[in-house]
Amino acid sequence: MAVVLLLALILIVRLFYIQIVDKTYRVSAANNALRPVTQYPARGLIYDRNGELIVYNQAAYDLLVIPVHTSAFDTARFNNILGITMDDFRARMKSALSYSRRAPSVFMKMISSETYALLQEELYRFPGFYVQARTLRKYTRPVAAHLLGYVGEVDNKLISKDKYYRSGDYIGVSGIEKSYEEHLRGRKGVNIFLVDVHNNIKGSYAEGRFDTVAIPGTSLWSTLDLSLQEYGERLMQNKTGSIVAIEPATGEILTLVSSPTYDPSLLVGRIRSENFSMLQADTVKPLFDRALMASYPPGSTFKIMNGLIGLQEGVIRPTSLFSCSNGYHVGSLTVGCHSHRSPLDLPEAVAQSCNAWFCNAFRNILENPDYSSVHDAYDKWREYLVAFGFGNKLGIDLPNELSGFIPASSYYDRYYGKDRWKALTVISLAIGQGEIGATPLQMANMAAVIANRGSFYIPHVVKKIGDNGAPSPLYTQKYITGISPENFEPVIEGMEGAVNGGPGSTARGARLDSIIICGKTGTAQNPHGKDHSIFVAFAPKDNPQIAIAVYVENAGFGSTFAAPIASLLIEKYLTGEVKRTYLEDHVLKMVIKPGGQE
Amino acid sequence: MDKNSNILARLDWITVILWLVMMAMGWLNIYAAVYNENHTSIFDLSQRYGKQLMFIIAALVLAVFVMVTDNKLWFFFAWFIYGFFMLLLILVLVLGKEVNGARAWFDFGAFGLQPSEFAKFATGLALASYLNSQRQLYNTRTMVSATAIILSPALLIALQPDMGSVITYFAFFIVLYREGMSIWVFITAILAVVLFLLTLMLGNLPVAVGLLVVAAIALIVTSGYKVSLRAAGVMAVAGGVAYAAGHYLLDLELVLIILIAVLLAGIVYAWYIYRQKMKNQAAIYVFLLFGLLYLFTVDYAFHNVLKPHQQTRINIMLGVEADPYGEGYNLNQSLISIGSGGFAGKGYLNGTQTKFKFVPEQSTDFIFCTVGEEWGFIGSTVVIGFFVWLLLRLLMMAERQRTTFVRAYGYGVFGLFLVHFFVNIGMTIGVMPVIGIPLPFFSYGGSSLWGFTILLFIFLRLDAGRTEYLG
Repeated sequence: MAVVLLLALILIVRLFYIQIVDKTYRVSAANNALRPVTQYPARGLIYDRNGELIVYNQAAYDLLVIPVHTSAFDTARFNNILGITMDDFRARMKSALSYSRRAPSVFMKMISSETYALLQEELYRFPGFYVQARTLRKYTRPVAAHLLGYVGEVDNKLISKDKYYRSGDYIGVSGIEKSYEEHLRGRKGVNIFLVDVHNNIKGSYAEGRFDTVAIPGTSLWSTLDLSLQEYGERLMQNKTGSIVAIEPATGEILTLVSSPTYDPSLLVGRIRSENFSMLQADTVKPLFDRALMASYPPGSTFKIMNGLIGLQEGVIRPTSLFSCSNGYHVGSLTVGCHSHRSPLDLPEAVAQSCNAWFCNAFRNILENPDYSSVHDAYDKWREYLVAFGFGNKLGIDLPNELSGFIPASSYYDRYYGKDRWKALTVISLAIGQGEIGATPLQMANMAAVIANRGSFYIPHVVKKIGDNGAPSPLYTQKYITGISPENFEPVIEGMEGAVNGGPGSTARGARLDSIIICGKTGTAQNPHGKDHSIFVAFAPKDNPQIAIAVYVENAGFGSTFAAPIASLLIEKYLTGEVKRTYLEDHVLKMVIKPGGQE
Repeated sequence: MDKNSNILARLDWITVILWLVMMAMGWLNIYAAVYNENHTSIFDLSQRYGKQLMFIIAALVLAVFVMVTDNKLWFFFAWFIYGFFMLLLILVLVLGKEVNGARAWFDFGAFGLQPSEFAKFATGLALASYLNSQRQLYNTRTMVSATAIILSPALLIALQPDMGSVITYFAFFIVLYREGMSIWVFITAILAVVLFLLTLMLGNLPVAVGLLVVAAIALIVTSGYKVSLRAAGVMAVAGGVAYAAGHYLLDLELVLIILIAVLLAGIVYAWYIYRQKMKNQAAIYVFLLFGLLYLFTVDYAFHNVLKPHQQTRINIMLGVEADPYGEGYNLNQSLISIGSGGFAGKGYLNGTQTKFKFVPEQSTDFIFCTVGEEWGFIGSTVVIGFFVWLLLRLLMMAERQRTTFVRAYGYGVFGLFLVHFFVNIGMTIGVMPVIGIPLPFFSYGGSSLWGFTILLFIFLRLDAGRTEYLG
């Protein structure tokens, strides 16, 4: 009995102490509404290769609500400040309630600074509501939308997968914003505040013991040349297609244009979802990144590859002569060609883009007696192409890259039956037509390999992560293609001739007096309409600074459209200004409707 | 008919009324704890107060059911009931639903049952039945058997693991004490528990030092300064040797060095103690030695036998490891809630802390927060008063029994209520460590309400039939 009374006494004495003697608990209770306020770090900035700012941040404010902390208030005044209707208010409140009664949820996203100022003064009248600062992306110039990508809200699928993200958080959805999300996002922090019943912050909880500091995102220095990018986009106006320019010595991407494009600031903030639907519905597909995601047959530009492989395999020599009588004729098979002098050697065949010459060369490659079968010779041929980065993703630091297509021999086995196909069956590969497909990025990389005489670095768009950072180690490793440097010279001579040669040369429109440009035109067959115009090039011939691939869809021959655009970009990049204003005007005035039907 | 009216006449109505009042108060506080404006119907089964109302109605039915049973049923079927609930405790480990990391519940869709709550009255019955069958209670064999009866269900519950419920089973040692167990065994048992908890909360070095200090004080009190100084001298030498050997040669940790020192001192001193026939010193030495050995066992068992997640659970239960808002969040919120109640409380349904749900588990283990905040010191004292009244009533009833069986059972009921009452309220106001056990008749939950109701009403039934012969 004594024990019972003693224990009860202990409890009562203790209760007496905490309830009546000690007043601190009452004060704590008044300040006891804990409000966790997430501190969103500023997203990392993005600069171009010359240190010019491309992407930065501006302040925006989210209005949040904790439903259990709300009580009756002047909703009319509240709605008036926010400019919403009572129905809208109810709908927003309902969705907040359905998310959680106790956890904060976003009541209204990205309210303007003016509304914020107005609201802040009267916020004490609206218990349960508070404002959280966010940052939105802002762009110095309306360019490079595909490359930079955009930031959007995380979806529920990702929230359940990745613990870092909470409902309402932002995440890079495409482009650099996506592939470098972990560097750009920084780390969120949280401040836990004590809030009294009047919705006033009374200070930080437990002297900030449970607070964490937000760490700003890491800034990125991209490989992009902003002026060149802007110029490229300008030249591509009113045309569909893409431009990829690479610095051969490093694999750094100087320009990545996909046209039609859009202003990246359209996909920021509250206007984002509306604009996104609009862009998505657009028939010219401005959201589609053609430079990385469109795969075309490379056309005549691919003759370079067959020339190089033939030389490396020893089945042709630079001096090999093949005749051409308006095409290549074997039995009933004919691959047509334009009229030109005959016979030609390798440099001339490249310069004049002779189909017959490369059909002969390709046949020599596949019927090489060193291999037991066409099948094996084909596998060897494909091996070189894969070493150039064809048929697989190159591994650029951007999402959604397409791998292109170089059929494996098994593909033809399945199609024709094993040992039922020979060189003539697949002869269209000689001139870059047929089943093969390559992205503009892969073609630009090919130009870079040629400029480097046999090696390359994987093309990439970020050269420095952080102020004194380095690129990802993936991009500092040199790849060798297996073609000896000396075998490049005759091909390069041909590419030089294509641009700077005499009559019969295919790309004289790209000629520049001061700098030797080496290039090759191509025409990608398009079963849906007019053919696509392609031009790959690098310059200068010795110690190349830029390798480029230009695609203009539905524009016909490569020499007419793609070549001048490439030439202007090379001039702009190497000399800093464009002197050939007549050519510039000519290009700017060209309007090519999608589909190409006149 | 005659017999039934007899039972009603002999039924201890005061206890019945206390039971009804406490359930009603409990329900009002659960209503306050989960109250929100959107659901105000008291029969709303989506809300806890709605469910608790159903539980209370079921408890009334259970109480009536227990009252109409025959007295002899509980006596003769005590072992059968015990066996049945032991089986359920085994089954729940296999078939149970895991909630908060413990397999303590059978899930029946709409509601769950927690067999550990019902195993309490079963254990009480079995223990009472066993003690009733023994003529001699003072021998070791009986005590060991009785302890086994108590600790077997506790062991199974420890496997769930639900350490809070395990601790309540130690309440049955009150029964053994009443039936003749030496108070020292009882004190030792309590000490063991206290040492166990202290070791885990403070680490073993402070506890080891504490044991040395306690032994030293005991020695001074029983043997005077002269003997104590001599003993201290021996300890100091042994300690020095042990420290030199342990620290410089073997790089042992300090606690192990203390143990070695005590062992060394014991070897040197044993002959002297034996010759001088110093019983007190011998007892103190044995206490110290076993205390230290126990410390090591606890420490070793905790870190090597238990799996990491079990250690974490125990640590969290003991408040050693932090929960998301940091160490002691529950207790801090609970203290703020109760402390802010003041003298008269904030008034029913007006508790801000309660309303904003700052205290986790407020309708279950922390229901006393609602009492403290909304009813203040007055309300808290009244609730404590009701418990004291109930406990004293139970004590009185137990003492008026003629048979060992009913008396032992009564003490079991008393012990369980005492432990639940003191530990639960004690933890909400920081007198006890945070141990998750319910406050009888107050906390939300069918299992605990029904378990306590059956526990109480079997005793009331046995008490009402106390003039009948059981065997």
